[in-house]
Amino acid sequence: MVENLFQNYYLSSFIAVTVLATFATRIIPFVFFERHTEHPLIKHLGRYLPAAVMALLAIVFLQRSATWSLPVIGLDALIPGALVVLVHFWRRNALLSIAAGTLPYMAIQQAGLF
Amino acid sequence: MTPSAFRLTLPILFGYLPLGMAFGVLFATQLDYPWWIAPLMGVLVYAGAGQILAVSLLAAHAGLLEVFIAMFVLNARHLFYGLSLLGQFRGAGWRKLYLIFGLTDETYSLLTSRQRTQSREQELHTDFRITALNQLYWVVGCAAGGFLGHSVTFNSTGIEFALIALFIVLTIEQFKALGETFPLWLGALAAAVAMAVLPAPNQLIGAIMIVSLVLLLQYRRHRDALARNRSGDTTHG
Repeated sequence: MVENLFQNYYLSSFIAVTVLATFATRIIPFVFFERHTEHPLIKHLGRYLPAAVMALLAIVFLQRSATWSLPVIGLDALIPGALVVLVHFWRRNALLSIAAGTLPYMAIQQAGLF
Repeated sequence: MTPSAFRLTLPILFGYLPLGMAFGVLFATQLDYPWWIAPLMGVLVYAGAGQILAVSLLAAHAGLLEVFIAMFVLNARHLFYGLSLLGQFRGAGWRKLYLIFGLTDETYSLLTSRQRTQSREQELHTDFRITALNQLYWVVGCAAGGFLGHSVTFNSTGIEFALIALFIVLTIEQFKALGETFPLWLGALAAAVAMAVLPAPNQLIGAIMIVSLVLLLQYRRHRDALARNRSGDTTHG
């Protein structure tokens, strides 16, 4: 079975690229910024960029997972999304919140509720 | 007396096993690759949201450049974890590379919030054990999920919503840690603009660039205002 991975050129290069990109984000600060940790621009970005990126990822993928034609107008993803928000503010348990959105979404898509 | 590395990582164990399993199931049910690629990615890549996104990229047979950009952007928050650990990892020797490799959201939160003693050598050793234990939980979860998804058949349509739910959860966590809504509005607005004017494959990177540009401009305005105030102080004072 191990040969599969090497024979599958796309999969093995995909994994190599994924490893490289992920490790790069972790090692870059140690390689380039060892001397600039206290720079106010680095601190400013460190403070706001992660939150802004998370919000934009949530919005972009939420929009893509929804059906925007009538009569659904996106509710098939917006309702599960709202459930995630509510449950997370209620219990603040990541797994519970993820399940609270994913299971209804699966049910809606599979049953064609809308 | 500090708690053992194992006790410190118990909450991560309960988080990583099911989340790793979710990834494994997703991998095995959405793709036609052997199930053990799932734990292999847990060993080599070791990034929750990144691996889940990788499933949709693999399914779409995305181009390698796009894969690199998507992965880098999604994991860009790690850049800022490293920045605050530069000093702490100094002198870790051979362990340093692994400590850097294993810097996930959860490991970061443990390493930066736990109590420390005077013995630096001992503390680096504990940091190393925490990082290794966390990855072990993750890989076991990926393997169990991959195997289950491969051997048990069920209708998994819509399971990819787990990724969106994870992003929503992380957004709320960022908001709670920061206590400010400004970056959330900025991110949402940038996403809206990018989705309105760009084709789907370029929307993520476009939105990130809008966000970075606005933050850069905002930083310059703050800095200039600060400089003006200072020069004002000296002339009047």
